[in-house]
Amino acid sequence: MHAQSFALPAVNLLAACLLLISFAMLSRRRTQRLITLFAWQGAILFLSTCIVAYSSGLHELYYSAALTLLLKVIALPMILNRLIVRLGAEWDSETVVNIPLIMLVGLVLVIFAFGLAQPISMMATTITRNTLGIALAVILLSFLMMITRRKAVTQVIGFLAMENGLFFAATSATYGMPMVIELGIALDVLVGVFILGLFFFQIREQFESLDLRNMENLKED
Amino acid sequence: MRAITIIRQLGQVVLAIAIAPVFAGWIAQCRAWLQNRSAPPLRQTYYMLRKLFSKDAALAQTASPLFRVTPYVLFGTMVLAAAIIPSLATDLPFARAADAIALIGLFATARVFLSLAAMDIGTAFGSMGARREMMVGFLAEPALLMVLFNAFLLFGSTALPALVDNHRAHPSIIDPSVIFAAVAFVMVLLAENARIPIDNPATHLELTMIHEAMLLEHSARHLALVEWASSLKLFNYACIGFALFVPWGIATHGADGVAAMLISIAALLVKLIVAGAALALIETFSAKLRIFRAPEYLAMAFLLAVLGLLVHLLLGVR
Repeated sequence: MHAQSFALPAVNLLAACLLLISFAMLSRRRTQRLITLFAWQGAILFLSTCIVAYSSGLHELYYSAALTLLLKVIALPMILNRLIVRLGAEWDSETVVNIPLIMLVGLVLVIFAFGLAQPISMMATTITRNTLGIALAVILLSFLMMITRRKAVTQVIGFLAMENGLFFAATSATYGMPMVIELGIALDVLVGVFILGLFFFQIREQFESLDLRNMENLKED
Repeated sequence: MRAITIIRQLGQVVLAIAIAPVFAGWIAQCRAWLQNRSAPPLRQTYYMLRKLFSKDAALAQTASPLFRVTPYVLFGTMVLAAAIIPSLATDLPFARAADAIALIGLFATARVFLSLAAMDIGTAFGSMGARREMMVGFLAEPALLMVLFNAFLLFGSTALPALVDNHRAHPSIIDPSVIFAAVAFVMVLLAENARIPIDNPATHLELTMIHEAMLLEHSARHLALVEWASSLKLFNYACIGFALFVPWGIATHGADGVAAMLISIAALLVKLIVAGAALALIETFSAKLRIFRAPEYLAMAFLLAVLGLLVHLLLGVR
């Protein structure tokens, strides 16, 4: 009982930080900053998973927390940083619509997510069920980021942030997924980033830019 | 009993008036250290004020009575605001006159007068600064209101002294929405007080000025009062921040003897020193935004404050 009394406010606080970082990611223009923010998101995920593991007494969750730390805080940001340095793609000033508008759309998405999660979280039995709405909001905001960016690298970061949101939803609603599935997802994400990294070079080779607008034309003229 | 509250009130106002230039000087000093310059002494702002007060005022030929009155109006509103904000004690006779929303109205009055006076002379830079100031002001105000609504929801009152009393009575309330509100508040504070992401207080380049452009026509005692009023405004904003987010040490209702007041003064000084250093750090690390980026910056502040409200509604149900 004592462990739970401290865990709930702490997880709520971390969930709020997660949402804050999602909005910061929406508003940033530099790709390098985005990667730093992505690493912070992973660190917060690690902390919250540790707290949930401690308060629920499920030791499996410690493994997934360690996996998060290794993969999302250390490995992926390092790979992405190397990628953008080699691609020379540190900047991404192009958004499809202007940033204040994106922010307002993001706000509407958050309200939508909170409304949607309210009845679902009533059915969950975990102590952290209230954070389900925030997890959903993080997923939707990452979607928004993928839609509003033009460069390939930022879209991949949006994809990874979405995975973070899903992971947070899993820990907050059901105390995490089975270990096998979690390992599979982690491997998928890692391999996905490698493959997308290869794609980046291909895209740049073909169009001499990472701007995905170039891919809208199907035939050469 | 009544006499004591009035003495306390007077003491708080006098302290605010005396300390505000030192606080501005302290931020300037920290900035100078961070930029590897040798810092001006803390008394520098006082020397400046004394020099300005001993000079003769020069007025433009086109100046109307409004222009002459404005410095006194500015100083008066800021002193009144300092009387309302519970920086030392919460049992203040003046604080009952206005809640936090009226306080924002008071700041808005000062802004309107300053802008009108800047346009009054008819120089290009003055009216340009006034228009920019009004743009920043009208974007910053809703964000500040949202920050205050966060606090109102948490502590169940729209009066700052009651907020502080309630906070001190339930110190265990830690709500995630406080983070959002605090970040938004710092952003609004920087914008409203002509600090670096929006305006550079030390600039000499007229085209980038906002606040300074409005003061170009003021001289001598008028300039001294306007400068003093703007340092008081910064001090007031800092005190609102302390009352909302770190009210520890403020002498609460019923527990405000001499010892409590001394603790309260010491706590205020410590908080001002820390806050000044933090502001200088933020200003050193950030670059001035283009004026067209200001709406984006303030939209972000507004959004954070609204998010705070939403998060409070979702998570903060106790």
